Amino acid sequence: MFITRVRVCVHVCVRETLGGTMANKVKWVTDIEKSVLINNFEKRGWTQVTESEDWNFYWMSVQTIRNVFSVDTGYRLSDEQMVNHFPNHYELTRKDLMIKNIKRYRKDMEKEGSPLAEKDENGKYLYLDFVPVTFMLPADYNLFVEEFRKSPSSTWIMKPCGKAQGKGIFLINKLSQIKKWSRDSRTSTFVAASSGKEAYVISLYIDNPLLIGGKKFDLRLYVLVTTYRPLKCYMYKLGFCRFCTVKYTPSTSELDNMFVHLTNVAIQRHGDDYNHVHGGKWTVSNLRLYLESTRGKEVTSRLFDQIHWIMVQSLKAVAVSGHTHIRKQKRVPHFIPAVLQLLFPFSLLSHTLNTLTSLSRLNTHALSSSPSPSLSSQPVMNNDKHCFECYGYDIIIDDKLKPWLIEVNASPSLTSSTANDRILKYNLINDTLNIVTPNGDIPDCRWNRSPPREALGNYQVLYDEEQALSENVERDLRSRSGQSLGSKGMAKGGTGPRPAAATWK
Amino acid sequence: MLLIVEDPTAFTGCFVIHLFEEISLLTFSFLFSSLFSLPSLSLSLFHSLLPFLSLLLTLSLSSQPLPSHPAAPPEHAKEPLAYMRKAQVNWEKRILKSLNSMCTELGVPLARKRPAVEQKELTNKWNEMGTDEPGKWTSSQSICSDRRLNTPSYSISHDSQVLISLRNPNHDSSEEASAKSHWGLIQVPLHDRDIPQMREAYSELSLTTGQLGIDDHTHVPPGKTRLICTELAFCQDSAAAQQYSRQGCPTGLRADLWALILNSTNEPEDVMHYEQLKAGVIHHDLLVDNLIYKDVKLTASNDDYYFVFEDFLYQVLLCFSRDTAVLEHFSYNSATPPKSYIQGKVGVEEFAVVYPPNGVIPFHGFSMYVAPLCFLYNEPSKLYSVFREMYVRYFFRLVCVCSKCVYTVCGIVSLCLQFERLLQTHLPQLFYHLREIGAQPLRIAFKWMVRAFSGYLSTDQLLLLWDRILGYDSLEIVAVLAAAVFAFRAENLMEVTSLTSAEAVLADLSTLKVMPLIQIFLFATVI
Repeated sequence: MFITRVRVCVHVCVRETLGGTMANKVKWVTDIEKSVLINNFEKRGWTQVTESEDWNFYWMSVQTIRNVFSVDTGYRLSDEQMVNHFPNHYELTRKDLMIKNIKRYRKDMEKEGSPLAEKDENGKYLYLDFVPVTFMLPADYNLFVEEFRKSPSSTWIMKPCGKAQGKGIFLINKLSQIKKWSRDSRTSTFVAASSGKEAYVISLYIDNPLLIGGKKFDLRLYVLVTTYRPLKCYMYKLGFCRFCTVKYTPSTSELDNMFVHLTNVAIQRHGDDYNHVHGGKWTVSNLRLYLESTRGKEVTSRLFDQIHWIMVQSLKAVAVSGHTHIRKQKRVPHFIPAVLQLLFPFSLLSHTLNTLTSLSRLNTHALSSSPSPSLSSQPVMNNDKHCFECYGYDIIIDDKLKPWLIEVNASPSLTSSTANDRILKYNLINDTLNIVTPNGDIPDCRWNRSPPREALGNYQVLYDEEQALSENVERDLRSRSGQSLGSKGMAKGGTGPRPAAATWK
Repeated sequence: MLLIVEDPTAFTGCFVIHLFEEISLLTFSFLFSSLFSLPSLSLSLFHSLLPFLSLLLTLSLSSQPLPSHPAAPPEHAKEPLAYMRKAQVNWEKRILKSLNSMCTELGVPLARKRPAVEQKELTNKWNEMGTDEPGKWTSSQSICSDRRLNTPSYSISHDSQVLISLRNPNHDSSEEASAKSHWGLIQVPLHDRDIPQMREAYSELSLTTGQLGIDDHTHVPPGKTRLICTELAFCQDSAAAQQYSRQGCPTGLRADLWALILNSTNEPEDVMHYEQLKAGVIHHDLLVDNLIYKDVKLTASNDDYYFVFEDFLYQVLLCFSRDTAVLEHFSYNSATPPKSYIQGKVGVEEFAVVYPPNGVIPFHGFSMYVAPLCFLYNEPSKLYSVFREMYVRYFFRLVCVCSKCVYTVCGIVSLCLQFERLLQTHLPQLFYHLREIGAQPLRIAFKWMVRAFSGYLSTDQLLLLWDRILGYDSLEIVAVLAAAVFAFRAENLMEVTSLTSAEAVLADLSTLKVMPLIQIFLFATVI
């Protein structure tokens, strides 16, 4: 009640300040008719226009972004225009490309001799083993078969690359099933006509998920990226767990029962036991409380640190090419420990590294044996200055409390399944807009992308490369001169308040 | 103790609450066959007796000699005030009435043995009783799931009526309108504590003492030095753990500390006890199971915090209803466990058994006493033993009308009284205003207190509150918080003009931080 009141006051203020500059109101368009979006635009006093008119802010679907940046139909965006996707976001958000980029990133790191690419005696990456073993189908079929034969009792999950919300997903545990699928898809004229052959990824199924109350769940966490170079990303504190409605069983007899295995609301909604009051959604703060209470604070913090690590590494995998890293590493001799220290609070560093070591269970050399695309000095992600993106990260935690990155969504659902969901998503959009359009003003794509801490709302800085590098240099200088933060630090601080740490802690 | 045996001569009044008229012939024949194979009054008698309970349920009630009399019955020793006892009886009557009407409506017996097929089915479904699938564990019974959900609900919140009607016949209420008189609904001259007394009692909560729930982020433990918590857990000192809990338990150690305070072990015999209860559930179906099932479905299953633990709740509550060890708490509880008799033997104590076996009939919201504990214990047997201990130490008092609970032990009456006194002393204007518009504060606060705030606060805050219940071995803090919530929202409450709008102002407590509220209310307010 109290909080709502404060919010209302803020809204009124925003409106008043905007009232004076009627002519400079932001003109918005969206092709996603969701109230959480429209209410946020209207609250800021922005004007709705059509796509063909002159617009400043376009919240668009992934289909539309393709047209905006396509060679044929695309057009030049002006400095006062902003969109909610990066041109080639699919490098991260398509299941197959994400895997490809992460594999490439690991190879690059390895070639550089980066300590991040360190492997254990079994050939598993110590710090970069965070996606389940995955192959492209049909391209990597032979590699898959080789891997499958090593552990014939394992279960695998098949997902079409370009589909969302659990569509087209199925589980297999016999090679004959994949052979049958392969035959069927080859003969299917529909698939052949539309896309030659529909691409699938096949991943080792995490058959030991962490269960709470006997049920399986995954995490939906939101990450905002305002720029890839330098990488600046923010993590939303109010994520949630999505629970299956049916008790989990690894039994192979239930492989066809998607209510047991898939946590997607789009699937679970149709189950008999779907509850419309809470929608099977449990806040991340509940999860943290439960884990801290039953497993202890230390392992819980470690888990969340690893989740943050996964997010940053997945973004780095598409942000930069290997060559940039080599340059940086040469310039800053303390690069690796510095990055690790920035990504993990000091006290937890050793724990994190130890856990990463002990928890790497799955065999990943199959992943690394997949042919990686030729190295180029071109970064993967087109860091267009008109763009920002709010990703929906899907993460599954296994019963050893190791988090696994399942996929990244470019257009996380803005549909509200419950009252709390509506509040969460409204706030998500509100906080996102507060960062990318400071003060609700007309966007300027040359903005400094350094929002003040008080403008972050429920976001917290996940990683700020710019700040991390400057801190590295500072630390470097300090360690070289052997003095504590002395005159240099003071001089820096003199220009304004000392910037907050570049990481989430 | 399985059977409560009273002196038959003291048994002057016994009224039959309900007779089950629609007993099928099948039940009869089943009954008779079991009757003849009865082992005579052995300890295992209970389960064999269960099928007979369907015949009728009676409640024994006595009007008896004075407490000082050597022949005074146990209830008198437990609760010396006659009018209190009467209220207790009324209270129990309401619960029984609801149970009986359910029996009639559903046409099901109080208890019956499950056929072997059903037992097997339930064993398999033990971990997923909440799942409504075809062939679920009740399917072979006459009660389908719809009927379970349609069972008449018994809501405890209506029971503030019983308390409100409490009046001491000897108490002179002629000073009704004076400023010194009590404006609240509870008109019982029970002793309650004023603020200075409370400040003394709750010295560990004072502004200068470090509190978990307020000072969580300060690195140096402020105020008095606290024992290193892990050390505490290792040395297994229950009293020290209790003292520690007064300032709040760290999340990661709460489960162990609570178990230590409650002396709840998880030894092999505890696990075995739990397994025996589980077997009891599988062998026999009780009518109260319907109440449990319905309560979980209506409360925890719809709760944002607790829905994931639905199946744990069934397991714990079904076992709880069959746990005769719970009966021991009736020795210090003024309540009387309901009894049922074999037909034709009404009032004959040898044929009486407590129903349900633990003597506690669950009411609407009962599962919320268990739900928060699911955040701490993911092992059912451990969860069970902690819950049972919490119930027999604290929660039973919330459904008990009893004058004894004054200082260290608080029953619902004294909580209500304490709440009203605190509010009246602290915020007389607010109290007067709410009273004038017909929004008696207790009408709103009663539901919070009767559940010890479970389901109203966010779980992290609730656990911090319960830390203090355990730490001070008293529910009194619940009344303090209820008053503090009113104080916190006083400004908004002064503006409302009806009960509905007052309820709206206090509808959402999930954003409240309990320790700052309690601390400010107790220590930072000028009195």
